Amino acid sequence: MSRGAVKRSTATSRAGGWIALVAAAALATLPWWADSSTLRLVVEAVCLLVLAEMWNLLAGYAGLVSVGQQAFVGLGGYGLITLADLAGLDPFLCVPLGGVIAALVSLPVSRIVFRLQGGYFAIGTWVIAEVFRLLVANTRGLGGGSGQSLTSMRAYPKALRETVTYEIALVLAALALAAIYLFLRSRFGLGLTAMRDSEVAAESQGIDVRATKLGVYVAAAFGSGVAGALYFLMNLRISPDAAFGVNWSAFIIFIVVIGGIGTIEGPIVGTALFFLLREALADYGAWYLIALGAVAVVTMLACPQGLWGWVAARFDLSFFPVQRRVVLPDPPEPARRA
Amino acid sequence: MPTSASELYGWLDTLIQGALLGGLYALFALGLSLAFGVMRLVNVAHGDLIVLASFGAVALGVATGASPAVALALVPLGLAVLGYALQRGLLNRTLGGDALAPLLVTFGLSIIVQNALLEIFSADPRSLGAGGFETASVRLPGGIALGWLPLTVLGVAIALTFALDLAFGRTRLGRAFRATADDRVTAELMGMSHRHVYAMAMAASLGLVGVAGVFLAVRTTVAPSDGPGYLLYAFEAVIIGGMGSFWGTWAGGIILGVVQAIGSRLDPGWGVLAGHLACLAVLLVRPQGLFPRTRS
Amino acid sequence: MSPLLETRGLQAFYGDFQALFGIDFEIAEGEVVAIVGANGAGKSTFLGAIAGLLPVPLSQVALDGEPIGGLPAHRIAARGVALVPEGRRLFASLTVEENLLAGAYLGRPGAWTFERVCALFPVLGDKRRAHPETLSGGQQQMAAIGRALMANPRLLACDEVSLGLAPAVVRELYQRLAEVARDGLSVIVVEQDVSLAQRVSSRLYCFQEGRVSLSGRSDRLTRADISHAYFGV
Repeated sequence: MSRGAVKRSTATSRAGGWIALVAAAALATLPWWADSSTLRLVVEAVCLLVLAEMWNLLAGYAGLVSVGQQAFVGLGGYGLITLADLAGLDPFLCVPLGGVIAALVSLPVSRIVFRLQGGYFAIGTWVIAEVFRLLVANTRGLGGGSGQSLTSMRAYPKALRETVTYEIALVLAALALAAIYLFLRSRFGLGLTAMRDSEVAAESQGIDVRATKLGVYVAAAFGSGVAGALYFLMNLRISPDAAFGVNWSAFIIFIVVIGGIGTIEGPIVGTALFFLLREALADYGAWYLIALGAVAVVTMLACPQGLWGWVAARFDLSFFPVQRRVVLPDPPEPARRA
Repeated sequence: MPTSASELYGWLDTLIQGALLGGLYALFALGLSLAFGVMRLVNVAHGDLIVLASFGAVALGVATGASPAVALALVPLGLAVLGYALQRGLLNRTLGGDALAPLLVTFGLSIIVQNALLEIFSADPRSLGAGGFETASVRLPGGIALGWLPLTVLGVAIALTFALDLAFGRTRLGRAFRATADDRVTAELMGMSHRHVYAMAMAASLGLVGVAGVFLAVRTTVAPSDGPGYLLYAFEAVIIGGMGSFWGTWAGGIILGVVQAIGSRLDPGWGVLAGHLACLAVLLVRPQGLFPRTRS
Repeated sequence: MSPLLETRGLQAFYGDFQALFGIDFEIAEGEVVAIVGANGAGKSTFLGAIAGLLPVPLSQVALDGEPIGGLPAHRIAARGVALVPEGRRLFASLTVEENLLAGAYLGRPGAWTFERVCALFPVLGDKRRAHPETLSGGQQQMAAIGRALMANPRLLACDEVSLGLAPAVVRELYQRLAEVARDGLSVIVVEQDVSLAQRVSSRLYCFQEGRVSLSGRSDRLTRADISHAYFGV
């Protein structure tokens, strides 16, 4: 009797794959027909999307709820400025290097914060971010409290600067999503999902919980650092408050909670919603943030799986299918009696 | 290197002022410690609620012209009622699962409170006058001045810590707090409704927040965005002092105040940073804190 | 005389999994009724259901004729049902005395006080300031029963009090329970030890895979009857 097969892709994911390719091709041509502010918007969206996906990996899979990812955003940004302006490296090259710096710093940081759990872990990560903010604000060489500009980008003409930054953003988005998708599909990803459901059970199956958590933490730091570096590459100006402010966490958390935690598609939906809300409430000052907070609270209580989570469950959709499905062959026809 | 008498007195003054500041930090931290002890809840909006209490006191003073003493009676009561309603109506629904839901909901609340205060009061810092009490002081030799207000705050912190310790150890509600924290389901079998017990804990926690907020408004100016900073101070006091004991939290507050004062003396921009670093150092070297309660 | 507690067609679920399939049960005032059955037969689930730990339809459990099914545990406790849970579950950070006082949280009127509980179990008086982890299994069980008595209940439900205890200790425990029952308290005992259950109770139910497979007067049931009912063969 033939055995069942383990399949991964679904009809929607295959259809989604084609849509994504077309959309990506269209997006890549944007610099030739859209204006500067649109390009900046997309770059900012990519930064938030990548940060949200990183946070989603941490909180939705590894069970590490961090309110301090801005530490790595800032490290990426200041890493960029330091390497580009002070060390004279090409600023575009410094984007991934910003991630490397963040990842390296995350190693000793993890020694401290991993002593904490749950709510106290979250606040501990916040304290770390504040430490970096204050250290940088007190360092005149880095521009002190008022910050500094990214001068090395002045060597490039504006159009070229914007186009390359934009294309790097698209590449980053594609790489990040692909990397997360492939990771979650792999057996490491399976181990992570097992860990999310029950650490004790996962441990008993031979999964090294501590190493896995550390790995995810460092990887998320890297991703956040790259996103931070990219953001300030576009922004051309950095300051301790902009780099290490807790607003980053507020926005990221909003995006993931409303979009859908524990899924790859969720943060994509959440990012889109975030920008829609921002445009809609642009004239209302503090009400925009109040609305953000209120929507997040209501979503968390009424629909904790987020908008995408609800849609996916209702319509059984999955564009990034990470689950394995066992497809059994049809049972053989019963022999007909003559 | 000879240390002059005035420099010695300078250091002594720093330590004393730091300890007095620590009294305020102890007030910040007691409420956080209580909520965590009973419900394992870390209220990310804790600092913002202190600021809310401060603005409440200021608004009360502006509206009625009443003295801070009146605010001290009314604001904690108002915050306590708010705490009961908040827990019963909202936060109880987030507890019982993992840490994600209460964290994110209180984070959302933090954003809402901060920005609501911004909308209502604008970003200008406010303060509550106390008719000269805030600057009155006792003069000690060596040029050290003990402000009456900071002394009062320290005294209130000591009194409240003592009262909390007593209440938890000897009263029916205190037993209910501890029993529910140990084993919520079995406590329910004894007739302790966890929904009510948790709500009472939050009421007590925010009552303490109310006291802290009133004193804060008198001692210094308050702005809507100050909340997160105070949350971090409260958190650090609990970490440094050790979990599970109110006196430990109190001691953590005092130590934090002293560390911040020393940091500020070394360089004006280093006060808060010194506090952060001290907390991280404790986490590295003695993660259970300096005075933890040894029992589970 | 109408029963103190009665269940009619009691069904209970853990999510989608059905644990009880229509239990009919009753206990009168002052009775001692035993429930026996294999592991997983639903005995603890049954006690949890009547104590309010599980959601069940309102009409399926009645105390004094009043429906109490599915009410929250703290409200059922207020009406005089006290459960001594499996594994004792004393409050670890409270002393023995504080544990007993916690049992009296509701302040129901009655004869049980700390002193009277210590008269019943003298060791609790000796160890009043100790914490539960320093007590032996038997002493912990006494504390758990004492804590339930402090609520001045009308119905005491004991879930596997003999688990992990030496026979001599178990004998003493059940002697005390018998004393308590003589004063008019109704007691349900869930027991793994069938002969012990028969000795201490006036009536006995046997559960098997979520159903009552046998019930009757303890002195009239034979070992054979019970074995059949216990194992379902």
